[in-house]
Amino acid sequence: MYLGIDIGSSSSKAVILDARGKILAGEVINLGTGSKAGAEVVERALAAAGLRRDDVRYTVVTGYGRMKYAGADKQITEITCHGKGVVSLYPKARTVIDIGGQDAKCIRLDERGRVANFVMNDKCAAGTGRFLEVMARVLDCEIHALEELAERAKTTISISSTCTVFAESEVISQLSQGASREDVAYGAHKSIARRVVAMAERIGIMDQVVMTGGVSLNRGILRALREESGKRIYVPESPQTIGALGAAILARQNGSGSF
Amino acid sequence: MSETKLTAKALLNQMMTEHYQGAIAAKEKGQPVAWAASVSPQEIFEVFDIYLVYPENQGAAIGARRESQKLIEHAEGKGYSSDLCSYARVNFGYADIRHCEAENIPMPDLLICANNICTEIMKWYENLAKELKLPLIFFDCPYSLEMDQTENRVRYVADQFQDAIRQLEAFTGKPFDEEKFRKVQEISNENGRLWHSVIRLCQNKPSPLNGFDLFNYMATMVVNRGKEKGTELYKLMYDEFSAKIQSGQGPWKDREERFRVIWEGIACWPYLSDTFKTLKRYGINIVASSYFDGWGLTYEVGNLRSMAAAYDGLHLDRGIEFKVRQLVDWVRQYQCDGVIIHSNRSCKIMDFWNYEVQRQVEKITGKPVVIFDGDQTDPRAFSPAQFETRIQAFAETMEQYTTGS
Repeated sequence: MYLGIDIGSSSSKAVILDARGKILAGEVINLGTGSKAGAEVVERALAAAGLRRDDVRYTVVTGYGRMKYAGADKQITEITCHGKGVVSLYPKARTVIDIGGQDAKCIRLDERGRVANFVMNDKCAAGTGRFLEVMARVLDCEIHALEELAERAKTTISISSTCTVFAESEVISQLSQGASREDVAYGAHKSIARRVVAMAERIGIMDQVVMTGGVSLNRGILRALREESGKRIYVPESPQTIGALGAAILARQNGSGSF
Repeated sequence: MSETKLTAKALLNQMMTEHYQGAIAAKEKGQPVAWAASVSPQEIFEVFDIYLVYPENQGAAIGARRESQKLIEHAEGKGYSSDLCSYARVNFGYADIRHCEAENIPMPDLLICANNICTEIMKWYENLAKELKLPLIFFDCPYSLEMDQTENRVRYVADQFQDAIRQLEAFTGKPFDEEKFRKVQEISNENGRLWHSVIRLCQNKPSPLNGFDLFNYMATMVVNRGKEKGTELYKLMYDEFSAKIQSGQGPWKDREERFRVIWEGIACWPYLSDTFKTLKRYGINIVASSYFDGWGLTYEVGNLRSMAAAYDGLHLDRGIEFKVRQLVDWVRQYQCDGVIIHSNRSCKIMDFWNYEVQRQVEKITGKPVVIFDGDQTDPRAFSPAQFETRIQAFAETMEQYTTGS
């Protein structure tokens, strides 16, 4: 059996594959690096697959917490793992957009499914999941409730500040001037989408476009990304575990020597 | 007892110590000291026995020895914006405190600025001239969008050299010594040629030295371009590194060179060790950089226009077309697997061209180009973890290209 673990800044994911590459388990815990979630999510995945630790032949760890996880045979970056995971589900994918808690990245795949190029956000938090968290706090709602708010938006409010702290002040000022929470919520989604699309355009947005990562569960972001890029965006059934799936596929390749 | 021959590294350290101690001694005995922009026409000032020190060079040393933040914050406290170049902020901090543990320089009697490396530096030196109430000799080398240098531009810079000579005759009370000028030009050209021949040794596969060695050696090229002792070092470097090639040695003793890359931009001095270790971990060696190349000036001795063309023709003073061609040529000549671009918060000109250079170089060479965020001397603008992720993903991408898997 082959194990892929993805320890991000705000969640931990694990996927187990059998010797033939079939997915036996995929688990997510919404706690990231610095917590015990990395070890816990592995236990959960093993339990779900009815396996013991000894049954795992090879483990690959990825994500922001990859350096600190001791139990893996190899650590590989999120870039390669997301690329690998996406190609296994969408062989025609050429662009991957992954918005995580701490960073946003766009990956261009070549016709053989290899990473041809990638761009990541700079150290600024705009365009990442953290930006949405801050917006949810200002709008006094849970992060998953943001999309419901955004769906009821009547107009688009532009949030132009790239700095998350500035954007927070900008939103507070919009609200005090009478803007609705719904319109502001949608404005926040548009702001992320604009930022991510501008970044992706640096390497070119080619069909098919697949989005991964926890933020892709948010329909408001998807809608905004579609509008900004003019592209159809595919989202896998379990977008959060794609990095872990890619890690598991690479574990299987490394562990069985089948490249 | 027989005299032990110094290694290039030991000679480098000795020369840098001598340079900084020499500046303080010069000041004490009344020799005029000037603070100069890093690619100023030092030949002219050597003739007048003006001791040149380079705040950018000192800034790099202060950054590498992790003392820059203190001076930067002092400058910001005085009212200088955090958007200014961090070399300038380190220097403004130093000009006020006038002491640091890392490397001291004497206060100047004269300021020299050439804007062939940067346009912001004009304001930096103007500000120093006002703050310190000192004369400033300024060489205007306007940024050029043209691929070729025009005759007008070269004449414009050469005329400023003539004007500087007249100003210096008045400043020192000494007539200009043509013979000495020719001699300094000869030494400078010899050093420029030797420096280039050392850089070109990196074309060997594996390269006999790692790019971080050159970041260190560069310090002497900034301060000793017109001095005979520089010649001794560059000859020694050439011999030492050639011997390494002969014996098949690569850049590191304990790791093979797996990937060869161009480093575009200035080093992150406060994180020299982090960036060195991260690249080495993945077997990535810097074999070329426009930063190394900038100080190897050569021209026709005795020809002021030719010298002006060299100073006006620096890559930092040229448009994107020149930059792209240079990188594309190096990818081929140095057999590079990719390019790393430092998006340097301090450096406006480099940031201006980064994305477009990335796009064009990738398109022409088919090699991956990665950009990371950092700063030359401000330690607050760099994240080691983010750097590592980008570099590791860059290595994985180059690996795919190499192995095809």
